[in-house]
Order: sequence, then C-alpha cells, then structure tokens
Amino acid sequence: MSINQSGWKPTAPAKGEGAAPTFTGNKALMLEEPLIFEIGSTKTTGVDFAEGDVAHDRLGDLTRKAPIGLPGLSEQETVRHYTRLSRQNYAIDLGLFPLGSCTMKHNPRLNEKMARLPGFADVHPLQPVDTVQGALEVINQLAFWLIDLTGMHGVAMSPKAGAHGELCGILCIKAALEKRGEGHRKVVLVPESAHGTNPATAAFAGFTVEDIPATPDGRVDLDALTARLGPDVAAVMITNPNTCGLFERDLKAISDAVHAAGGYVYCDGANFNAIVGRVRPGDLGVDAMHINLHKTFSTPHGGGGPGSGPVVLSEALSPFGPLPFTERHGDGYITLVEEETVEDRHPDSFGRMTAFHGQMGMFTRALTYILSHGADGLRQVAEDAVLNANYVLRSLEDVLDAPFAASGPCMHEAIFSDKGFADGFSTIDAAKALIDEGFHPMTMYFPLVVHGAMLVEPTETESKAALDQFIGALRSVAERAKAGDPSLKTAPHFAPRSRLDETLAARKPVLVWKEPAPVAEAAE
Amino acid sequence: MRYLPLTPADRTEMLSVIGAPSIDALFADVPKEARLDGPIRGLPLHASELAVERHMTALGRKNTVAGEVPFFLGAGAYRHHVPASVDHLIQRGEFLTAYTPYQPEIAQGTLQMLFEFQTQVARMLGTDVANASMYDGSTACWEAIGMARRITKRAKAILSGGLHPHYVSVAKTMAKYTGDALDVALPELSAETDIDALIAKIDADTSCVVVQYPDILGRIADLTPLADACHANKALLIAVVTEPVAMGAIRAPGEMDADIVVGEGQSIGVGLQFGGPYVGLFGCKEKYVRQMPGRLCGETVDADGRRGFVLTLSTREQHIRREKATSNICTNSGLCALAFSVHMTLLGEAGLRRLAGLNHAGACRAAARLAKVPGVRVVNHTFFNEFTVDLGREARPIVRRLADEGVLAGVSLGRLYPGVAALENGLVVAVTETVTDEDIEALATALEGALEGALAA
Repeated sequence: MSINQSGWKPTAPAKGEGAAPTFTGNKALMLEEPLIFEIGSTKTTGVDFAEGDVAHDRLGDLTRKAPIGLPGLSEQETVRHYTRLSRQNYAIDLGLFPLGSCTMKHNPRLNEKMARLPGFADVHPLQPVDTVQGALEVINQLAFWLIDLTGMHGVAMSPKAGAHGELCGILCIKAALEKRGEGHRKVVLVPESAHGTNPATAAFAGFTVEDIPATPDGRVDLDALTARLGPDVAAVMITNPNTCGLFERDLKAISDAVHAAGGYVYCDGANFNAIVGRVRPGDLGVDAMHINLHKTFSTPHGGGGPGSGPVVLSEALSPFGPLPFTERHGDGYITLVEEETVEDRHPDSFGRMTAFHGQMGMFTRALTYILSHGADGLRQVAEDAVLNANYVLRSLEDVLDAPFAASGPCMHEAIFSDKGFADGFSTIDAAKALIDEGFHPMTMYFPLVVHGAMLVEPTETESKAALDQFIGALRSVAERAKAGDPSLKTAPHFAPRSRLDETLAARKPVLVWKEPAPVAEAAE
Repeated sequence: MRYLPLTPADRTEMLSVIGAPSIDALFADVPKEARLDGPIRGLPLHASELAVERHMTALGRKNTVAGEVPFFLGAGAYRHHVPASVDHLIQRGEFLTAYTPYQPEIAQGTLQMLFEFQTQVARMLGTDVANASMYDGSTACWEAIGMARRITKRAKAILSGGLHPHYVSVAKTMAKYTGDALDVALPELSAETDIDALIAKIDADTSCVVVQYPDILGRIADLTPLADACHANKALLIAVVTEPVAMGAIRAPGEMDADIVVGEGQSIGVGLQFGGPYVGLFGCKEKYVRQMPGRLCGETVDADGRRGFVLTLSTREQHIRREKATSNICTNSGLCALAFSVHMTLLGEAGLRRLAGLNHAGACRAAARLAKVPGVRVVNHTFFNEFTVDLGREARPIVRRLADEGVLAGVSLGRLYPGVAALENGLVVAVTETVTDEDIEALATALEGALEGALAA
C-alpha cells in the first residue's frame, strides 16, 4: 500500500504497479473492445430468416449492387460486444449521478415494463382512432395531470425533447403576437445563467436575444429587466428554479411587468423537479413552460435521449398550440385533432412540429411514474430533492466556495465555485478526480455566471448513506485541489480511459470508421 | 414510497445539519401566495406496482395490437421483427440510465456505440459522414432544409409531392419562422414520380430540392438526374428515407450524389410505439460537416495514446454557440440509436440484404394478389415494400370497416391528405417480413367483401 504524495489517505496501487502488462491489454474486468468493423464480417448474420424467394422484380433498375460495408456478428458475439461496451459507462444504476440541471434520478423499472406492453409498444400511429383508444387515453390522462400539476390551461404533448418544447413555446408566443398584429416585437430577453438552448431557440424563431444581468444573489435583476421592457420585447425566458439552484422570488412581479408591457413569459421547466407538487407555475404568471419528462418524470436518459418535452400553456397561448392533440368527449371517446379538423376546432394553431403524436413510449413511462407517486409522493419528491441538495450544500460550504450560500437555502441543486483552489487547478481537475472516486462528476463550468461552476444535483432518489459517501469524496477532492496535489492534473487514473484529446478530435475530425490502408502503402 | 430512500429519521437529522427548522423553511424563497398547502388536489395518492400495472394494462388492452391481426400499415412507420437481444441490450442499466456522454472517460460505451452507429448510417445512406441522431425523420428533414439555406445562402426549397405529408407540414411550420420559401406540391395517383417536374422548377434561387426515396406512395426513381440538375444550379439535393430497410435492396441516395440524406430509423430496432420515440438519421457529404445539426462523435486518443471517442465539433452547438448555433437540439435519440445499431449489427450486410429481399418479395406477392380483387388497381410500377392501390371509391371508410373486421389494411390517403378529392381513393399498403401469405389472403378477401358491399350499396 503506498501513500500518495499529498498524504491524505492510503490509495490502492495505481496502474497495477508491479504487474506486467497483459497480452490482451485487458485488466481483469476492465475489458478492451474493438469496433464491430474490426471483428464483424459482411457475410455473418445473427438473424435467421424464413426460406423463400427474394425477387427484385419491381425495383426498377435501382437494385443495390455495390457492397455496403455493414459487418454482422452472431447473436452471442453481439451480446458480448455491447455488454462489454456497457461496462465502460457510468450510469445511475451504478451510483450517484449529480449532474446539475439534468435531474439524474432513479428510473423505475415498472415504467419500462409498462411501455413494453404490446398495447402500447406494438401500435401504429396511423391506425384508425377506434383501434387506439387506450393509447389516446394515456396521452389524454398524462396531459390532464401535467395541466393539474402546473396550474396551466392547456398542454402541447408532441415536442420531442426539452429544446423542441422550448421551440414550441416560443412559436406559440410568435403566433400570438402576430395574431395581435404585433409581429414587430423582435426581442427576447434571456438571463445570463440560461441554458444554451434558450438563446438558440429564440434565434431560430427569428428573435434577437438580449441578456439580462443577474443580481449578486444569483437571481434575475428585476429592475434591469423592467427597465428594458418595451414595445419591442416579445418575451422573457426564465428558468425557475434557475440554474444556480435558486428560486426566482420575483417571478410573479416579473410576469406582471412583462404582461403589462405586452410580452409573454416563457419558463424553462428543466428544474421543475424542485417544486413539483409544491408550486404551480401557472400561479406565477407563466405563459408557457416545457416539462422534461426525462428529468422530473423519470424517463431514462438513455445516453442522450430520447427525451420528451410537453409544453404547458396559459389561456392566452393555448389556442396557438401545435397539432395533433387529443380531445375527450362526454362519453369518454377520444378523438385526435389533426390537419383535417383543425379549421373548425383550432384555427390559430401554428401547425405541426413532428410526424405523428410525440414520444408515446415516454408518455406511458411518465404516466406510470405519476400514478406510482400520487399527489403525496410527488410532493415528497420535491421536498427530498431540495433537502438532499441543501444537505450537500451545508456539508461542503466549509471546504468549497459556495457563492450563494449566504443568501439562504438552495432548491434542488447546490452550486460551488473553484475559488480557493491552488494556482493552476480548476473545476475540471476536481471533476476528473471524482471519477476515480467512483462518481460521475457534477455539471462543470455551467452556469457561466459563476467562475469554475460546479453544479451538484443529487435528486431525491439518493439515500443519506449515498450522499455521505459523495460528500466525503468531494471534500477529499476539494482539499487536494486546494493543496495543489499534482496527481489531480492527470486524473482520472482508474477509468477505462485517461483524459481524451478533444482538440485533436475537433482539428482532424474522424467521424466514421475507415478501412486502414494496406500495410505496404502505409509504409511508403 | 418505494422510490424514495430517505427515512423520517434521516430527514430530521439532515435538517439539523442544514440548520433549518423544517422542510418548509427550505422553501422560504417561494412567495406565500405561490405555495400549495398539502397534496395537490385531484391526483390520487401513491399506488403500488400492482395497482399501477392493473391500470396501465387495462388501457393497453383497449388498443388493437399490430402483431395480433393482419397488418399492412406503413407511411413512415414500419412493423419489423426485432430480435430479442436488442431489447435486452438496450435495457442494460449502463446504457439505459447514462446521460449524454459529457465525461468521455466514463462514457466510452455510449461513445463507441455512437461512432459505430454513425459509420453504419453513413454506409447505409451512402454519405461520407452521419451524426449521432436526431429526434425523428420529420425533424431531421427540416433541419436539413435549414442546413441547405446556411450552405447556399438561398432560401427557396422545393419539396417533392412524394414527401411524407407530415414532413411537409413540419417544414411548413418551421418555414413560417425561418423565412424559407417552400414550393410544395401534392402527389398524383400515378406510377410516375415527380422528378421531371422538380427538375423543371430548379432555378438560381433554389437552396435545395427535397425528395423522398421510396416516396410516400412507395415509388422509386433514380435520383441521379435530379442531383445533376441541382448541382448545375448550385443547389443541394436532400433525399429522405423513411424505410431504411430499403437500403438493403436499392441504391443509396448518397451513391446517386445526394448532398444530404436524412431518414427515419424506426424500422431497425425501434418498433412502432404509436409514433415515438423514433430516431432521426442524418448524413451528408464531408465538406458540409461543420454546418450539420446535432451531436457528432469523433475518434481521438487519450493521454496514454489509447484510442478513444469524444463528442466533437461542439462549436456548432447550442451549449457553446448559444444563439449562433446550427440548431437548438440537445437531447436527441441516443437509446434508439443504440437499438438501431444493435439490430444492424445482428443483421450485418448479409442479413440486411436478405431482410430487404423478403420484404420486397412479400410486397410483390401482395400486389399481385390485390390486383386480382375486382375494383382494385395497383398504382405503382416500382416499389420496395410498400405500394399504393386505387380502390375506385373513398378508401378511408373501407379502412375503418376492415378494422372492425380485424384487418388493419393500410393507410388511406384520405387520412394523410384530408379533403383532397383526387387522392381519396388511394390506400398505401406496406408488406414487411412479418406479413404472412394468410394475412395477404385475409386482406384480399376482406377488400373483396367491402368493395362488393360498396358496389351493392
């Protein structure tokens, strides 16, 4: 057992010190895995098909003749390839995943089971509506609960993810302004701490984006915002709770001021988990808010989606929402309002955002989650999420700079900065060292308003024991960063890969695998 | 509550560490008038797994399951057999419960899979590169139109009448706000595609031509003359593939010099799921890569010189460029991309070609059988696994009637193009490897009955 240079505690031997390199490059359970292009063959298949002719007689003269270059593997090799790859991933199932603003909570497996019921998984989106009443009822029930939980008037279910939902809300605002003959309102105000999707969305819809400054306590500067309002302002996009993990205390006043000036309030609902069941955005004057079903309502992130971003709308914006949507009649029958019925029923709709009806597989999961928790469980979700974040904040504020800790409790996430780290040490070094401790790092360098931001969102599905272990690890890492432990600069030491060269990747992009040049040519 | 591990004793102890008298004190920043007292009204209280499963199962039973009846729907979503190992692998917690791979040292599993996916997609579509997925085919399509505007600095897009009407609707919605001018057309119930008409429309203001392959009626045409005409006018050709299994049988659009090829990847690995989540495919020529939307995974090396993968070229993206990003897309369709990639790996080229051949053979048999039904005319000369029939009378009520008889006959053009009289007799019929000869016979017999009945009436 060696003692590391900074001397805090014994560490395990780093890279198999004293061991010879292995023949395979593997290290016991840490297995190297080649690409399918290096192990597969275009002649191999892991699928058996029925016998039968495979005529090509109606393809015109377009039969594909040239090789495609798609390798196949047998089922056993396929299972092994992806199982080996899976073991190089960190995941919620392995441990705490404190990625701020991403709400990495436990994904209940009942949700997965329900989404796979044949009645939901094996149904075509264009089946006659008589044959899909159960699917439409899932959409309709979920829509009802989302409206109920947010205190809003309507909901657009079809947006495919949070950013798509933002676009939906902004397009509703644009359509409402045009209907009022105020299409000249071109400015959308966005706080500096906003997610990047907010300005990107507003710009896509043709708006000019202007920043709103923050107050020293990490919130939107109400006076600066009010002063900027005027006949050219279309909307304000606010995240609440915001990306510093703080509740925007003045949101109602902001909404009133924006409405008085003829604008609309868009709320980024990425952080709804902190207030679900305790606060209804509709009571704060919000006109549109997307809800990330893959955050608050526990549908799995899947390594980058699929998400789902329904948008709840105020009475003023509901008429402008997208197609299609469900409508429940007195007898319980549910119809779909699509292009053909829109002129009678929804003439101001801004149109369709996607083929079909939205992320049905996510709707079944989210509805399952809501029914499992119920009104009492959802309220407990918000309370435990906020309790866990404050516990992390207060357990670490003596060792890490917490820029807003003095102003009161945080909501669902705690923010720290890299102030006080030794010269040359920054957030990334602490984050990579956390990897060695067996944790996924927190969100790094976001929001931009805090220097070297570390945004920690533990979520409500972590036990106190898990939090205590994480707090111990982050404390140790912070102390090493403050002392300038050089081993942090080369962390992670125990991950499947050490730090990757992102500059090289961007300078000479290699985005697809190519057959290596034959050895003889390469030698020339 | 089974998902919440804190005990009452934990909560009390944690509050004392925090120094707060109560949970309510942590919500002190919420103005009083915005606080809800007690559980939200209307919602029932928490429920057991058993109770929730009962509720959801009852809802699921109200739907007609595609696999339990003769089933012929396509038009942008196709029912294929997905091997059992696909769903097993995507449910591994390390894939299912991971986030976007922002920390590449502990996300090599997802990243290597995405690199393999990108390569598989590029090879299938015949493009140089492909991205790590979009939401679905329809949103990939309008992102491609926007990309063509940025590249050509022109804003007139010509959309083929053969493009899926939902994709056209999405493009129309977006064009209202982006300033693109769209030239759109309806399809004609004929064997010929509108390639010649598209070529005639191209001019010096054209940013791109968007053409579906095979198109909404199932027709296939050589895209090479269209690509040449686009390039002669410095416009781009965007090809849309809604049935990627077709790439195992017919030439790839990239091979015919399309500049951007987008697609709906649902057919491979993902399943019907009532329309989502699906997976958008997005490939293009290498010279346009910096104008692409969405995530890209690239190869690099780690500090010890070992091969590894990272998300790259992120200076195109919203989290870096904010209002100057190429797209606002963030979360995309990672797990569906995994399902696609696993299924594609199981198939391999040999399997994909065999699968495509079986689909085409089944469609040929179905077309021949339906052509014998009195009153039915097969519209297509060419098709892959989907073709259109003209029933000589409005197809939509016939589809509803056949559904009552337990046959899901296809997608009526009346559903896709409501109010367009010239198309209302059309029925789009898809035949995949899941359709048996008995199913085809059931469809033909039911159609005979319905058309006879209609004649008698």
